[in-house]
Amino acid sequence: MTEPVLQAKGLTKRYGRVVAIDGSDLELYPGEILAVIGDNGAGKSSLIKALSGALIPDEGQIFLDGRQVHFRTPMDARAAGIETVYQTLAVAPGLDIADNLFLGREQRKPGVLGSVFRMLDRSRMRTEAKQHMSDLGVGTLQNIGQAVESLSGGQRQAVAVARSAAFGSKVVILDEPTAALGVKEGNRVLQLIRDVRDRGLPVILISHNMPHVFEVADRIHIQRLGRRATVITPKTHSMSEAVAIMTGAAPPPDQPIGGVGPPGD
Amino acid sequence: MTDQLSPVAADQPPDFDVRGHDSLGLRVQHALHANPVLGPLAVLIVAVLGFSIVNGRFFSAPNLSLVLAQVTVIAVLALGQTLIILTAGIDLSAGAIAVFSSILMANFCTKAGMPGLPALILGVACGTAMGAINGMLVTRIKLPPFIVTLGTLTIFFSLNSVVSDSETVRGSDMPSLMTWTGTTIPIGTFRLTYGSIIMLLLFAVFFYALGSTAWGKHVYATGDDVEAARLAGIRTNRVLFSVYTVAGLLYAIGGWILIGRLASASPNVGTEYNLDSITAVVLGGTSLFGGRGSVIGTLIGALIVGVFRNGLQLAGVEVVWQGFAIGLLVLVAVSLDQWIRKVKT
Repeated sequence: MTEPVLQAKGLTKRYGRVVAIDGSDLELYPGEILAVIGDNGAGKSSLIKALSGALIPDEGQIFLDGRQVHFRTPMDARAAGIETVYQTLAVAPGLDIADNLFLGREQRKPGVLGSVFRMLDRSRMRTEAKQHMSDLGVGTLQNIGQAVESLSGGQRQAVAVARSAAFGSKVVILDEPTAALGVKEGNRVLQLIRDVRDRGLPVILISHNMPHVFEVADRIHIQRLGRRATVITPKTHSMSEAVAIMTGAAPPPDQPIGGVGPPGD
Repeated sequence: MTDQLSPVAADQPPDFDVRGHDSLGLRVQHALHANPVLGPLAVLIVAVLGFSIVNGRFFSAPNLSLVLAQVTVIAVLALGQTLIILTAGIDLSAGAIAVFSSILMANFCTKAGMPGLPALILGVACGTAMGAINGMLVTRIKLPPFIVTLGTLTIFFSLNSVVSDSETVRGSDMPSLMTWTGTTIPIGTFRLTYGSIIMLLLFAVFFYALGSTAWGKHVYATGDDVEAARLAGIRTNRVLFSVYTVAGLLYAIGGWILIGRLASASPNVGTEYNLDSITAVVLGGTSLFGGRGSVIGTLIGALIVGVFRNGLQLAGVEVVWQGFAIGLLVLVAVSLDQWIRKVKT
């Protein structure tokens, strides 16, 4: 059986008397898109934040490639190869596309210019940024020096996804990537997500949009009341069944612990 | 097929260069949005031309030397203020740090009997530490910069009176290094002070640092959206702390230049410097909401203040009305910033 790339066991996070996640598990296997769905307050965001280092769980373990990891900051998770695109996008609107792609890991010029004068290697960053964007088929952006604020919502999302795909070596986590987008742009971003997976990076997709989830996900993790209710696939279950499990209207299907196994099993 | 619009063209983001169908207002708005220094530059040029017409003496080398010498201290303070405002902060204590640093330097010489260079270095270190205190309070205790610097403004001015005994130290009682910034190099009939040269060098350094280093990008990103910057992996607290500390360093250098300008170190000057530095930044097109602006704009903004003060004086306008005119300019500048920010793309 395939080993999960990213695995969480019994994650718990309490805020005073409020339990945000209550012993939640999660497995992400190589080459898949795992959707995480759940009602408001089911603990999706907290679960994802724990995986991306934005919060430190009170209990539980996280394994990356079978080795236990302890993330204290988002930087730790990034250094380990987990890239997250937050709902707020985390782009700086005033900076241009290339600056945004390299935000937080700028490249300096070689030699004295870089080491003493800290000069950025702008031309190299621009060339590489262009390469990353076209790798993902985002060729509509003609000017890499364009300020991100002049882009449409879908294009900004493309910048954020391109950044995560360019630097993520293990896992890409996308939080509500299509929430603020129109139909056409939403579909384009879905294609982008498939492209990221097809380049070999497994993706965790958090979304409220059931049609989008059922369109791209290989497996669907349903979070309910702070823990994993079950894992289903779009092939075996319908959208209304998923919603029923999510809201508690239907009991989760009988399954071995851990739900459906890795894709292809 | 009568439809000439291809679907691809409709998808493309608007290109700023092909906006021939837009109204003049919209095109001006876009031009300013893409290049925010244009507005202040136009104001400066118009002001210089206007004042030259009103009084022929305005555009003479001796008078322009005076304008430059007059704006030097404010420009250095405004440079530090620019860094802070770029991070969506504000520093009300800029003038207080500058004046207190100058008093410390002078008293290190007179009361402690230190030579010029150690007194200067220690004074600059004290100013830097004052900036670091602001930075600490903003990043650790998470107080709004306005409140932090309102408090430290009062504290630094109070300490300033304690240290100085409210007495002015004359330039002749200090080592010559202290007043060196006020000495001039004649270029024809134009007289350039060493203080102005230091000021211009500092602007060049920070023009480079903001535009061509990762630190500069992080300052802009932090000011644009601090949460987004943090999620992008920028240690925003470290950036903010560095900005307040560097600003303190710049204010202290401003204090040194102030000694040269006045040929003395007086605890009773500089109350207006706090707000004047903010005025220069705002007139230079840097947004009070953070993430947008440039040091070149600030230099132009400081020159606008200097040109207006001097020009109005030469035109025979009373001092009380000079403040009125500059206040009006500030309001226009901030309104303009709001309008530019609403740019539709």
